[in-house]
Amino acid sequence: MRARRAAVELLAPAMLVVLAGVIGAFVSQTTQIYFITALISVATVVAIYVFVGNSGVLSFGHISFFAVGVWAAGVLTVPEQEKPATMPYLFDFLSSTTVGNVPSLLIAGAVGGVFALLVGLPLMRLSGLAAGIATFAVLGITNNILRYYEKIGPGLNTFSSVPETTDLLQATIGAVLVIVAAFAYQRSRLGRQLRATREDPAAARAVGVSIYRQRLASFALSGFLAGFAGGLYIHFIPINVDAVYLDLTFITLAMLVIGGTTSLWGAVVGALFVSGLDSFLGETEDGMTLLGRTIDLPSGSRIVVVSAVMALVLIVRPSGLTGGREFSLPSLARLRPAEAAK
Amino acid sequence: MIVASGLTDFVRDALDLQVQVDAIGLGAVFALMAVGIGLVFGVMRLVNFAYGQLIMAGAFALAYASDRDWPVGIGIALCFAVVLALSLAMERVVFRPLRSQSAAVMLIATFAVAFLLQSIALLWFGPLGKTATSLVELNRPVAVGGVEIRKITIVAIVTAAVCLLLLVALLNRTSIGLHMRAAAIDFPTARLLGVRANLVSTVAVLIAGVLAAVVAVMLTVQFPTVTPTFALQETILVLAGVVVGGMTRLLSATLGGFFIGYVSGLLGGALPSSQSQYLPSFLFGLVILVLLVRPDGLFTRHRGLVERV
Repeated sequence: MRARRAAVELLAPAMLVVLAGVIGAFVSQTTQIYFITALISVATVVAIYVFVGNSGVLSFGHISFFAVGVWAAGVLTVPEQEKPATMPYLFDFLSSTTVGNVPSLLIAGAVGGVFALLVGLPLMRLSGLAAGIATFAVLGITNNILRYYEKIGPGLNTFSSVPETTDLLQATIGAVLVIVAAFAYQRSRLGRQLRATREDPAAARAVGVSIYRQRLASFALSGFLAGFAGGLYIHFIPINVDAVYLDLTFITLAMLVIGGTTSLWGAVVGALFVSGLDSFLGETEDGMTLLGRTIDLPSGSRIVVVSAVMALVLIVRPSGLTGGREFSLPSLARLRPAEAAK
Repeated sequence: MIVASGLTDFVRDALDLQVQVDAIGLGAVFALMAVGIGLVFGVMRLVNFAYGQLIMAGAFALAYASDRDWPVGIGIALCFAVVLALSLAMERVVFRPLRSQSAAVMLIATFAVAFLLQSIALLWFGPLGKTATSLVELNRPVAVGGVEIRKITIVAIVTAAVCLLLLVALLNRTSIGLHMRAAAIDFPTARLLGVRANLVSTVAVLIAGVLAAVVAVMLTVQFPTVTPTFALQETILVLAGVVVGGMTRLLSATLGGFFIGYVSGLLGGALPSSQSQYLPSFLFGLVILVLLVRPDGLFTRHRGLVERV
């Protein structure tokens, strides 16, 4: 029974992602872009969930791990002969090394993970608002350095000549891998200990759980996955430093909160819901026919509607679309008196 | 040796009277923003990320008025009207329904409001924005004791001082002020004792709105080009400053805001130009350092409450 419920908890989000991938295979080339974007969003949001969801500590810093993943995978896969033209000031070891698609994704993850570990060593002692602002400061510093330090990347310029290897298949596999990793972590001893600290820090400490160590482990894993997602992203579209700053931080956190912060299912649903809404509005900006009516929104109104819908969802359902619960089949659902009393 | 001489250069430039005055002026503006954020946080336990967008809206109102050559007074009145109306709407539509929610949910909701306002401004005025020129003459310098001080710096410092004094008087001498202080200490108990929750939060948001309008006027004098991201960078810094100072008390939050504005002005004035592009990194690094040493805030008296079982 327990094993079956666990299988459902993993399979539901994974199947949803695979389903999105399969549908994406049957639509036009231009529409497929939306599906790939949505799948990469799933990977990113689940990466953030690994830390934020399990620890209950808000982090604004995860897009910096995503960003170093973008930088690592991007810089390392540009063909050697292109590098002097697009990134003339690179360190020698960066300009003389070129790796393939899969190694670059793993390196992106590793760089993100190591960066998160180093940042986490001091920062994981903080909690609450201090942790939020400190992780925000990390984001600010990362962005500032990536923007101006041209020895490690293109600086203010947009990446060019990065092989576009993230197609629908790679995006789907990537998203599923991240989901499996997140699931394995939250079922593990480490994940359970961390969630114990989220529910009741004092009780968790009383049974010998180190809040600091559990948060640090989760932060590093989460950084690895975020870096990996960044690698997927740069192999999909060329971007510049502004694409990995405040807007992305906001939209990914909003996806997580809208889906329901405390469950993997919530992270996946939130990412797909917001991406779907965003794509739909993107289409209507170009004019779209729905139910016999033509909708044509002025261009730029997409963000207006998306942020209004986000505020609305938060006001109506503050615990998110899924209520922060894992997926369970109706026959397995039980009355939960403890939660009803809460 | 090079480091040492660089350091002495830095110290000499930082002690320069001109740099000091400008830094204090910036600190004064930041302190006002810190009060606006700290006051709302105190009463509602809500970190208002959308505060910068209120200032942006006020700045656009000023630019709109100056575009049509309306008198300065009408422009300022329009600025106050827009900011106050937006503050009230925000409180009524977003803050109030979310009052009982966790800090994370409220923060994300204000994030959403911030992006909503910003994207509306983008849609309306375009990415290049507008220019507010009616108050530019305040940028002219006057010589005081051999130092060239821009009029706006003096105006900013005086205005900030007056606003803070008025606020202290309001909080300490009126009954609504008493209610607000009670709500800041313990909201549920204050309500039991007859403090009207909606009134208190409305007043807090209104005062914060007035301060946002004042800041909008002063910032548009210094930076006349108003874009949708106007005051965004400043708000982020002030939020950091408020947490660094200590959010639990209004005074420590205000000092934190002043502190980060002052340091920002100092670094901006004294860093050699080759390093000034890394100014945000220096500031944020400092923020992290202070938070690690004093997580409850630089200017708080004692540590926050330890876990109660």
